[in-house]
Amino acid sequence: MAEATANGLGQHALHPHDAAIVAKAETHQEHPIKLYLVVWAWLFILSTCSYLVDYFGLHGYLRWSLILIFMMLKAGLIVAVFMHMAWERLAMMYAIILPPILVLVFVTMMVLEADYTLLTRIAFFGPGP
Amino acid sequence: MAETTLTHTSQLDRPPGWRGIAADWASDQRAFKNVSWGKAMMWIFLLSDTFIFGCFLLSYMTARISTRVPWPNPSEVFALRIGGSEIPLILIAIMTFVLISSSGTMAMAVNFGYRRDRRKTAILMLLTAALGATFVGMQAFEWTKLITEGVRPWGNPWGAAQFGSCFFMITGFHGTHVTIGVIFLIIVARKVWRGDFDVGRPGFFTSRRGRYENVEIMGLYWHFVDLVWVFIFAFFYLW
Repeated sequence: MAEATANGLGQHALHPHDAAIVAKAETHQEHPIKLYLVVWAWLFILSTCSYLVDYFGLHGYLRWSLILIFMMLKAGLIVAVFMHMAWERLAMMYAIILPPILVLVFVTMMVLEADYTLLTRIAFFGPGP
Repeated sequence: MAETTLTHTSQLDRPPGWRGIAADWASDQRAFKNVSWGKAMMWIFLLSDTFIFGCFLLSYMTARISTRVPWPNPSEVFALRIGGSEIPLILIAIMTFVLISSSGTMAMAVNFGYRRDRRKTAILMLLTAALGATFVGMQAFEWTKLITEGVRPWGNPWGAAQFGSCFFMITGFHGTHVTIGVIFLIIVARKVWRGDFDVGRPGFFTSRRGRYENVEIMGLYWHFVDLVWVFIFAFFYLW
């Protein structure tokens, strides 16, 4: 991705007085088309892989770990390249990406809570119909 | 607007890395140095939307863990009979490919927007909108199929009653996002086609002049919709 550039190409065209200001204001996310095509192809491959996990009926930890790996790779590609996060400054990345990661604390709490609910349900209503 | 303190990335003379975070967030200045207010606000909106979908998926997880009744097998529920044999999850797989393709065309549209190629940008955005509409159409088909099979928010023929409510809530909210995105895409595509961003025509609502960055901001929303689908696909359909 070293060839990727962020520039203000073509901003000086129509409104000289405005364009001079705007050209400074905007950071242009302009990257070679090939990069998008490669990412697109990878997203197709990864989606096919995650579909095949279900098609071949994999089970247990293998299934769950494969689903999570393919999911994170796809999400990473979309955010980093399609949404141009890879070229933003670190202050922006942390402001946007860190809060959703903290949701994992909430996930942990709800897993514990749901396990407890299941235990009490089994204790009071029996192990299920 | 934010012209005053913004500078060009390549000219940006600020420390990188952790020192950069401290310097950028320090007081009496704007934190996002080379990001316009429009893009920063879209990101912050998307962050809040992430929490909404996060809560939906969390409540689905909680319901699924805590029920004693077996969860319906999505692989069988969403199977389609094509050519005499049941193919598991095939409609969902096609929907996934449609949405990823629309993300690809959107990324291209952003690229051509910055190259000031009005025609290609507008066509690619309309193609993105068409793929999005296809996705919503397939979702409507899926809902119809499940409803005729007897899935309701309070029960279904195959197992845990919470399946229906989770399904309608999560996919319904996502479908709404796609629909809004399609409308938003058509509006921006019309502006691009008409050359609003070239001549600096004031917007109908805010009376501000749009820029080609608006296409990228629109793209952020659209990629987010695709991103959410990645998580729904993994957790609801595949898990």
